[in-house]
Order: sequence, then C-alpha cells, then structure tokens
Amino acid sequence: MSKEDVARPRRFDIGAFRELTEARIALGRPGAALPTKAEQTFLLDHARARAAVWSEVDWTRISAALNASELPSLPVASAAADRQIYVRRPDLGRQLCAEGAEALDRLAGSFKVAPDITIVIGDGLSATAVDFNAAPLATALAERLKARGMTLAPIILAERARVALGDPIGKALGAKVVVILIGERPGLSAADSLGAYLTFAPEPGTPDSRRNCLSNIREGGLTIERAAASIADLCAGMIKAGLSGVGLQAALEREGSASVSLTADEGNA
Amino acid sequence: MSYSTTIEGTRFRFDDLKTLLAKASPERSGDQLAGLAAEGPVERLAAQMALADLPLKTFLAEELIPSETDEVSRLIADQHDEAAFAPVASLTVGEFREWLLFDADDEALESVTFGLTPEMVAAVSKIMRVKDLIAVAAKRQVVTRFRSTIGLKGHLSARNQPNHPTDDSAGIALSAIDGLLMGSGDAVIGVNPATDTLDDYIRIVRLLDELRSRLDIPTQTCCLGHVTVALKALERGAPVDLVFQSIAGSEKANRGFGIDLALLEEAHEAARAAKRGTIGDNLMYFETGQGAALSADAHFGVDQQTMEARTYAVARAFRPLLVNTVVGFIGPEYLFDGRQIIRAGLEDHFCGKLLGLPMGVDVCYTNHADADQNDMDVLLTLLCAAGVNFVITVPGADDVMLNYQSLSHQDVVFARQTLGLRPAPEFAAWLDRVGLTDQEGRLVASPDAFLETLGASRLWN
Repeated sequence: MSKEDVARPRRFDIGAFRELTEARIALGRPGAALPTKAEQTFLLDHARARAAVWSEVDWTRISAALNASELPSLPVASAAADRQIYVRRPDLGRQLCAEGAEALDRLAGSFKVAPDITIVIGDGLSATAVDFNAAPLATALAERLKARGMTLAPIILAERARVALGDPIGKALGAKVVVILIGERPGLSAADSLGAYLTFAPEPGTPDSRRNCLSNIREGGLTIERAAASIADLCAGMIKAGLSGVGLQAALEREGSASVSLTADEGNA
Repeated sequence: MSYSTTIEGTRFRFDDLKTLLAKASPERSGDQLAGLAAEGPVERLAAQMALADLPLKTFLAEELIPSETDEVSRLIADQHDEAAFAPVASLTVGEFREWLLFDADDEALESVTFGLTPEMVAAVSKIMRVKDLIAVAAKRQVVTRFRSTIGLKGHLSARNQPNHPTDDSAGIALSAIDGLLMGSGDAVIGVNPATDTLDDYIRIVRLLDELRSRLDIPTQTCCLGHVTVALKALERGAPVDLVFQSIAGSEKANRGFGIDLALLEEAHEAARAAKRGTIGDNLMYFETGQGAALSADAHFGVDQQTMEARTYAVARAFRPLLVNTVVGFIGPEYLFDGRQIIRAGLEDHFCGKLLGLPMGVDVCYTNHADADQNDMDVLLTLLCAAGVNFVITVPGADDVMLNYQSLSHQDVVFARQTLGLRPAPEFAAWLDRVGLTDQEGRLVASPDAFLETLGASRLWN
C-alpha cells in the first residue's frame, strides 16, 4: 500500500460488492427496520415459496403434455389424505394409498415383460417446480432412455409424494430403476427447483445411502437438457453396475466419471 | 409403574413415566408423528394433573431410557447432586412450579442447578404457561466468557452467521461485515460450511480469524463443521476459537451425528490446550433442537421436548460458551406452525437456563412451516423478556446456504433499541471505539471512521 493510500483512505461501500454474494447484504436501515422495498421484496419471495408448498400441481395439464409426446401416464396418491396431513406425516407420504397400490398391480399385470425404468413425477414440497419443469424433463429423459434401448413403464403421477414413495411404485412395476422427479423444499431465492432421485432395485425400506440425487433442476440452475442427460447416464450406469447410491458413486469414481451428489434434500426425505 | 388421575368420574391411566410426560406435553406435530401425543385436550390435562401431583424424586427412581444401554442416561445420573437437590427434594412437580415462580431468587436457582435433572425440568415446563417460562428464566443469569462476556442481565448478544452457498471467502467476509455494521457478532461470528472438508474448514477459520484480528474485535469465531474436522484442524494449528457440534438426547441419536461423549471430551481438551480465550475458557458451541432424536429414530418412546432437555445434560458436561436450539429449523413435522415454534423456543430456553446453560435461540422457520416474520417478532420479543443470551442474525433474515429464515441484523438493532438491551460489554466498548455507536450506544447513521478503516484495510483489495 502506498503512502498516498494511507493518507486518503477510500470509504468502504458495501453496496459496491453486492454481486459477490446472493445474501441480502447492504439493504439499509431506517432506524431498526428494513427499508419498505426490501421488506416487501422479502414478503413476496416468502409468499411465492409458500404458494409453491401449498398449491396443488395441475396434473391434468401435465398428463396432457405427456400424452402429446406419446407418453402414457397413470395417477396415484400416497397414503396422506390431504396436503396438511402430507406436511405433518412424512411416513404416510412414503406409502401408497390402497387404490394407488391396486392400480399399479393392475398395470403390472398388463406387462408382458417388466420395464427397465419407471419414471415417477411427485409433487413433493413445490407444486411450482413440478408445474414448470416436470413434463419437459420427463419428456426429454424418456426420449434419451428409449434412444439407448431402455424400456419404460407409463409415467406415474404421484400426488402428496415423498422421495421414498418411488420404492413401492418401482417394486410394484418390477422396474430395475425408479427415477422420481420431485419438487424440492423452496428457498426464498428459488421456489421452482426440481430434484431427481434414482434407486436401483427399489423396495420399501431402501436407505437413502442407496439413492443418487441431482438437485436444483430449474431455469437458472441445472437445465432440463443437462439434467436429462445426467439422469440417463446414471440409469445406464446403475443397470450395468447392478447397484445405486454410495456404491455406484465409488464405482463411477474408479472409472473417472463425474461424481454425483448423494446429498438428499432433508425436507423431502 | 403406572400413573392415573380422575376427572369428573372418568379415570385416565398412563402406563409409565414416559407416557405420562408425552401425554402432558403441549400439542406439537412431532409427538403426534411419533404416536405419543395425548388424544385431545382433556386427556392432556389429565396427564398434566397427574404430573403436577408427582413427587420430583420419582425421576430419580425411574429412568426413561435405561442407563445400561444409554450413556446420556448414565451422564444424567452422574451429574445429579444430592445436596443441591435438597431444597426441592420433598416437592411435587406442581409445588416445584410454584417454588420456581415465587420462592426461588436468582441465587437459589443457581445453587439448585445440578440438583435438577433434565426430566424434572422438562416435566415442570409442561405445566407452565408462556408467562411462567419467561418469569423464571428471566431470574436465571448464566454468564460465559472467551473474548467477550455473554449472558449478563440487560444484555443481548448476537451470532453473526455469514453463510454462503459455496463457502466463497469474499461472500462470507462481506456478509460478516454487513452484520458487524449493525452490531451483530458479539456472541460469535460463525459460519455453517456448505462442505465438510478439512481444507475448507481451515480456510474459513483463517478467514474469520483474520477479519477478527485485523479489526481487533473482542469476539470469537467458529466454523460449524463436524467435531472430528475441528480436531484435525486443531492438530494442524489452525486458529480454532470454538469447537462446534450438533448434539441430541440419547446415545443412539448422538451416534447418528457421528459422536459420543468421549469424542466431545477429546475435542474439548484439544481446544482448551490451544489457550485462545483471553478473559475465559468456555469454548464449546452446541446446537440442539426438538425432533432431532425422533428424526434419527432414537427417541425410545420419549416425547421430543423431554429428549431436548436430556440433550442439555450432554451440553453442560462441557462448560460451553454458547448453546442454541435451532427451534424452527427441523421442520413442520416436529413443530407445525408459529404457535408451536414460539412455545418450543421458550421451553428450550427455560430448560437450558435452569440446567445452567448459556442459552441462545435461533429464532427461525422453514418455508413449509406455517410461520412468518410476525411469529419471529413475537418469539424474539418474548425471548428478550426471558433474558435470552443470544440470537442468530443473517442478512435480510434469509440464509442463502441453509435455505431457511432466521432473524435479520436489523431485528437485533430493534431488540436493543426498543427493549433497552446492550451488546456484550467488551463488544459495546469496541463499537464505541471504532465509531459504530454514539455515546448512548446507539448505532450511528454513517460510521465514517470505521468505513475508512475498512476501505484502507487490505481485506478488500
């Protein structure tokens, strides 16, 4: 530092560094409060996040979008009877309701050969994420899986689903791999993130350490195309290796493939 | 042994002590999830009446989780001091409530500390209203020291929590400065790391230590990584002020966190050997929260609030500088809404203080809980009335790494200005010395001298 700098120190302006963090720094302080604009921006972000958690997915629209891509689908629900119960009882969100279980058994009975992959779309904790991203992601993913010779079950649309609801669904349909695309617990900055959880040989009681996960799938995060490519690679890798989760991560690292996050989103577990 | 009470001819029977405690707990989603909650308000009140008639000594005779298989239960038994217990030894839980509210002065509360077990304190909290929880806690001063003095009556400290989604050094430093400009950081400047690698841990503690020492701030810093990472960092001579760990109320739940009591003792000794404290040697920092044991399936049929109080036995074995419940963070399946979060925050503060802990609270909620900033304002204000040692603040109340809402730095400015609370004395003197506050201790609108110091420092260029 030169003598001149010491003589005339520059005044630190935290506002000039805003782009270095997503944190809400340099908001200002009228007395002991937030400025009105910052206060209301926060409230709007919170309202969006709440709406994402509490609103219902437009399943009709999703089913129609899948149909347009020649992807049949089947709606089911978890054992949580409504959204209030769903948020309070994660255990019920991991089990199928009786009608759902029967519908899946009927579907499985119609298969000549069990499919390789079952894709499940679950609402999870963000209807917004599912409304925005689930149909395009499922379509892009199905296209890639089919191109690689993998067979697909109809896409299961699961209402009031936790991640582990994929286990009884995958088990009922006899799939080698179940992929559940599910709305992540919204933060204030992003309420539309989708997560993808993959499990080889799914069955109820599968520990989270046997799953692989991609998160933050949204515009401005992990894009649909990149997510679809990664999920398809993982499906192929799981079928080849005959396992998923921590074991697959180790196997992929040995081969020098890109590592995969195993971090489960706790809000959805 | 079973317990029972009769209300207008209807007899309510509770099979054992843990069932009685669970059914007596004020309503919360976690106990309902665990299948332990009372069926309704009448059964709950019946349990509370039976509990009020229960001699405190019962808790010494009947263990909730057997000592043979749980080291936390053994610790609770070992900690019990017969002589300290003497003044309340003949009381029922209901009489104990009245003793706390009326008879006990500050000194009596301090001397009974190790006579009380977590279960006794949890039990009495279940038959206390919010006002009772505040009135008793406000009498119980717990003071700890490292570089600042935390917990003096009439004072409110703050943890400055400059988290960043990728642990970026500049992002962390800027966020910390944002808080310092509003007087937050006298409890600790503490970062929750996004990763748990040793290299990042060491980088973060070095960064925070440089910030603290360059600006000569009388406070302590912490990277809230796992205790095993802190131990390795200490071995390498990294500037570790405080050792952090999340803890819970059973041996099995602690194993889920990858710890046991021996490991905590090892870390405590290693950090003490570094001798970094200037005015005291309280140097452990623990976080807790109702629902932690249940989420690890390690609650053994015990209600979540009693499990939380048992956690405090673990904490007080290590003379911590700071303990806080992360009350609204664990999720709506444990505390459903603002009402449940507010009550739980005050219970945790009350139980921690009675057991001798320097109790703080992370006044917070997640976006899937039915809570908002109004609930947090209420909880903060009530906790200040109860004499909470510290709260946690982040820029604009939005934690961009952990994706939840805590308090904003401005919220602590509010608590200090409107409720007349002061920062830790050493930190208040620093705020005055660097020109962040005026003679009355109020933050100045434009702290020119401090901003010029920051501008001249090479922290930024």
